[in-house]
Amino acid sequence: MQETAPNTDEIDAVIAQHQHLEGPLLPILHAMQETFDHIPDAAHRPIAEALNISRAELHGVISFYHDFRAKPAGRHVLKICRAEACQAMGGTALAEATLAKLGLDWHGTSVNGAVTVEPVYCLGLCACAPAAMLGDRVVGRVDEARMDALLQEAGA
Amino acid sequence: MKIYVPMDSAAKALGADAVAGALIAEAKSRGIEIELIRNGTRGMIWLEPLVEVEIDGVRHGFGPASHDDAAAILSGDAACALGPVEDLDWMKKQTRLTFARVGVIDPLDLADYEAHGGLAGLRRAIGMDGAGIVEEVTNSGLRGRGGAGFPTGIKWKTVHDAEAPQKYIVCNADEGDSGTFADRMIMEGDPFTLIEGMAIAGLAVGATRGYVYLRSEYPDAIRVMRRAVEIARASGVLGADVLGSGRSYDMEIRVGAGAYVCGEETSLLNSLEGKRGVVRAKPPLPALEGFLGRPTVVNNVISLATVPVIFEKGAQHYADFGLGRSRGTVTLQIAGNVARGGLFETAFGISLGEVVNDLAGGTATGNPVKAVQVGGPLGAYIPVSNFDAPLGYEELDAKGGLLGHAGLVIFDDRADMLRMARFAMEFCAVESCGKCTPCRIGAVRGVETIDRIAEGDAAAIPLLTDLCETMTDGSLCALGGFTPLPVMSALTHFPNDFATQKEAAE
Repeated sequence: MQETAPNTDEIDAVIAQHQHLEGPLLPILHAMQETFDHIPDAAHRPIAEALNISRAELHGVISFYHDFRAKPAGRHVLKICRAEACQAMGGTALAEATLAKLGLDWHGTSVNGAVTVEPVYCLGLCACAPAAMLGDRVVGRVDEARMDALLQEAGA
Repeated sequence: MKIYVPMDSAAKALGADAVAGALIAEAKSRGIEIELIRNGTRGMIWLEPLVEVEIDGVRHGFGPASHDDAAAILSGDAACALGPVEDLDWMKKQTRLTFARVGVIDPLDLADYEAHGGLAGLRRAIGMDGAGIVEEVTNSGLRGRGGAGFPTGIKWKTVHDAEAPQKYIVCNADEGDSGTFADRMIMEGDPFTLIEGMAIAGLAVGATRGYVYLRSEYPDAIRVMRRAVEIARASGVLGADVLGSGRSYDMEIRVGAGAYVCGEETSLLNSLEGKRGVVRAKPPLPALEGFLGRPTVVNNVISLATVPVIFEKGAQHYADFGLGRSRGTVTLQIAGNVARGGLFETAFGISLGEVVNDLAGGTATGNPVKAVQVGGPLGAYIPVSNFDAPLGYEELDAKGGLLGHAGLVIFDDRADMLRMARFAMEFCAVESCGKCTPCRIGAVRGVETIDRIAEGDAAAIPLLTDLCETMTDGSLCALGGFTPLPVMSALTHFPNDFATQKEAAE
């Protein structure tokens, strides 16, 4: 992941790598976000042209999915599960306390840019709820102490 | 010394990586030679991380293990010793067909997979023609395990009979329902069984290409599946000449992007094509006009992963399990506020009460059970008074419930059912694809109406009931169509939670 200004060659390379696929748009958007940590505005026109779709259609797709971001996230993304199984184990209170501690609302990024907190609806860790994910690393039976450790690790 | 430490994400979420690291370090410091295998999970999540040590060919369990237990596990005197894993009650009571290898084998070792019955089904299918394969699936009585319960054989026959230059197999691995993790478990614990099932489906209907649409919330499953596809391709299980049959089938893993509604098959297809994940009106059926307008089999992970065992053991063997029109096994996922949560595969027909009280041991908190939500966010909240309900498609339907993907989320007596009903509407509002009005607008109005009830407005209750009827009858897909199920079941079975505020206000 990098947060430097996207350059055209990199954007074109990402598109070229996936353009041959059947239904290439989601793979392109995922690769774009993996490269730039968001979908840069500068990528819209080249993607639309490469796939022969309008920029409005492209915007429609990007904005439909929760995963795609128009701006880079914090250095770490913390996802807290809000779904029913986690609620049954106090997930709502845990999420509220975490957001309050950071002074954030959902999707917010801590002032120091360390962590962005996102809601997620189910990580498939429903038998060890409540669950969270820091980056790609899953954590189960999250209590206050475990959450504090995660936040500390993220530098929040 | 052979030691198993699961790499399943539930085990990792509970510290399995640290346990594996500690075992390696401890063995090294003692100069003991160990072979550490990262297996899938056995499904006993309350015992995770569950370390297994093979002694005289028998696997002994230690769990839940922490990294501090490494020394004692290697010495064989750990306090968390459980004895032979296969002798544990939870294991003995199950009928493991789909999940026979999960937790047993190294998920990415194709030879290990074959040694445990893998590829036998595909080899048998290669000797049959398409119609014969479809008939075998039909005879097994297998129904879609994603929730709808549609007979798999009939779906396959439609695609088989369709004429087209290209057909597709699409696996719906967008397991978004809370309380469900069977798809994730099998993809992380026995990925080749899904690949084999999809290859058999390809041979059956004449599809040479397949896709697994896997949700982005499952990074571990994505890694395992991608690697498994590479291995299968390199070994000739996938490709232009499947196991030397002269027939072609290949597949790819595609990643979703966080939209719950893409678990609905038509919005999944739109998403796979690179469009907004908006639901398509049916007809046309995806079986006739699916991915890129071609005939497409869309099946859930568990449905496809069950196909190999049907071919390995025969359709009749599979159909001999079950109840009524629900044949074979159901992979129950027991979750939420539960003492012993995890995956339990058994013949259809077990009662809800037996699962919740006996197998799962009630709640984790020790408080009385208040309700169980069966079938995910679109499933009903079932009160204890209906615990005699047998778990089968029609049987649960008769009790006003929905088996769905067979996830059970247990709540204790502190659960506020009005709040849960409100959440169901809120979730529907957030996740609605926006195509049909009853879902897009209805869910928003539903949240508002439940808020009015919470504020003591009794007149809002009939309004909510009426709104739910409209959503049920008028929505295009299950999201808007079944959101009323949790809402109305909460209202019907737990009226006190909807009345307290009102009484206080009066």
